[in-house]
Amino acid sequence: MGFLDINNVTKSYGAMEVLHKVDIQVQEGEFLVLVGPSGCGKSTLLNMIAGLEGISSGEIAIKDRVVNNVAPSKRNIAMVFQSYALYPNMTVGKNITFGLEMQGTPKSERDAAMADVAKLLQIENLLDRKPGQLSGGQRQRVAMGRALVRNPDVFLFDEPLSNLDAKLRVDMRTEIKKLHQKLGTTIVYVTHDQIEAMTLSTRIAVMYDGYVQQLGTPKEIYDNPANLFVATFMGSPAMNVLNAQLVEMNGALHARIAGSEGQQVNLRIENAPEAYRAYVDREVMFGVRPEAITDPEGADRNARNIQAMTNTVSVTEPAGADTFVSTTLSGRDCIARMRADADVHAGQPFEFAVNMDKAVLFDPKTEDRIA
Amino acid sequence: MALASSDNAVRSSNVARFFIYLVLILFALFYLLPFGIMLVNSLKPLEEITGGNMIALPREWTIAPWLSAWSTAQIGVQPTGLRPYFINSIAMAVPAVAISTIAGALNGYVLTKWHFKGATWIFGLLLFSCFIPFQIVLIPMARILGLLNISGTTYGLILVHVVYGIGFSTLYFRNYYAAFPTELVRAAMIDGAGFFQIFWRIMLPSSGPIIAVCCIWQFTNIWNDFLFGASFASGGSAPMTVALNNLVNSSTGVREYNVHFAGAIMAAAPTLLVYIVAGRYFVRGLMAGSVKG
Repeated sequence: MGFLDINNVTKSYGAMEVLHKVDIQVQEGEFLVLVGPSGCGKSTLLNMIAGLEGISSGEIAIKDRVVNNVAPSKRNIAMVFQSYALYPNMTVGKNITFGLEMQGTPKSERDAAMADVAKLLQIENLLDRKPGQLSGGQRQRVAMGRALVRNPDVFLFDEPLSNLDAKLRVDMRTEIKKLHQKLGTTIVYVTHDQIEAMTLSTRIAVMYDGYVQQLGTPKEIYDNPANLFVATFMGSPAMNVLNAQLVEMNGALHARIAGSEGQQVNLRIENAPEAYRAYVDREVMFGVRPEAITDPEGADRNARNIQAMTNTVSVTEPAGADTFVSTTLSGRDCIARMRADADVHAGQPFEFAVNMDKAVLFDPKTEDRIA
Repeated sequence: MALASSDNAVRSSNVARFFIYLVLILFALFYLLPFGIMLVNSLKPLEEITGGNMIALPREWTIAPWLSAWSTAQIGVQPTGLRPYFINSIAMAVPAVAISTIAGALNGYVLTKWHFKGATWIFGLLLFSCFIPFQIVLIPMARILGLLNISGTTYGLILVHVVYGIGFSTLYFRNYYAAFPTELVRAAMIDGAGFFQIFWRIMLPSSGPIIAVCCIWQFTNIWNDFLFGASFASGGSAPMTVALNNLVNSSTGVREYNVHFAGAIMAAAPTLLVYIVAGRYFVRGLMAGSVKG
């Protein structure tokens, strides 16, 4: 049993089931991120944990207490909303203590709690202002203050950074992570931004179409995606997915891909899982992340199996820290992420180094990982 | 340069602008003329009016017609002036406006933030009540007032106006609250606020403009109503509009036009006052929802 148990929870609107048998156990102090494109059901799930939406079947328990029929205010949770949802008619101080006031906490205790939180978030000088007089970042802090002051069992965040500009978003992201490390609270956090998911979480649930596609640590999700959706959704630029054929040559398995000049590119696979056997001489989807395709000098020194391939460069995009290099493989643009000073030119053939340790194969029909 | 060219555009249209303002001022004068004549004649002795000059300013200024209209003029058979009826109208309009506005706010709150099955239907029916002609309900309403034993009283009129007003006030508040962020309500629910606490502490404090709009609308309609006043309140409990009619139609003696003018201005004054005090909210309230609260 976890700290927050989501047991086979479904959500239906009439005959339409929008969330199918979600099963997640969250441990105390964990930072779980629900990530997925819009309409995947992540916000619905969060609202169900909060008690703002009913549960069609299954159970949600917080600290071993089933809360299916418990009012939101009695679940000992706090929520930070995307729009911050600060009460516009109240000062920042009132906003922060409104929840305590509703619970009947005496004023002296409320003021003490407010002072603590204000100090923690460095908003002491804002307490007498109205939300309308605050900047986006300040509103975000106040919204977190309102959640923190209640000292809840579980924090729920609903896309809290989506309304901030790019720079502030990165700053607040770091701040949320610091806060989590400092307070060790249990957090469930919804976002559509895979970078937020990767950077903040201790575990990620990737959701799509009402299903949890994969639940795991950021590294598991990134390196061992369960299916094609997870592979392409997580990571930016997205994982390259190429049509390939699995062939056996000289006693080793190879992924055979069509090159830009019609030539065959054969990439040897070492330590192939047993499951690959069934796909010999069949079509597969070959997935490889941009950073696993480099120039030979820039290849990962710890990689065990680096395969060389020569192909024509179509475009180079210097991005400062890296240079993104496009090349056509099996009729599609394939992106490689190289050192900034890699000597690569558009229109010329180039020897790419593919780190095959990081390559993954998918079944073209089911789109599941072959492993 | 963009700045210079836009400057030129303004200058070249100055002539057009002059004519636009000229026409607007003429229209404004045209509309103000009747009021001006009423005001001028209410401050003249009667002989100056019967002498045939309505347009001219008074040769002798007097407030006697106003005093007469207020406290001594013949209303029907009693020489009471309009004062008791003015008080009747206040006693009718203020509670009716307050009750229908509060009820409309509650309805709007429930219809937008506490969705229930059939909410759309109920809203549709409430809307429908805005378009039922007054005449149709006269007889059923008279029956109900009789059953409740409040026919012919100010309470009866309050009930009639509240019932009629709820349709419009619900429409106003529902549309205003539809644009009110639902996340605020959800945040308050998580904070532990109940149904009425959310209404009083979160919704109402942010509803200033729409409350003003609703009050102006209801007050104007209720104050100016004649049909219900004439049908359901007789004699001493008649509202101002009915009393004004009785003042003008009193057939004894000479027709005191100056007193009639003064009385008519008194009957119109409260609605004018409400517009002047709260009118700027009217436009603001109608624009509300375009900017997130």
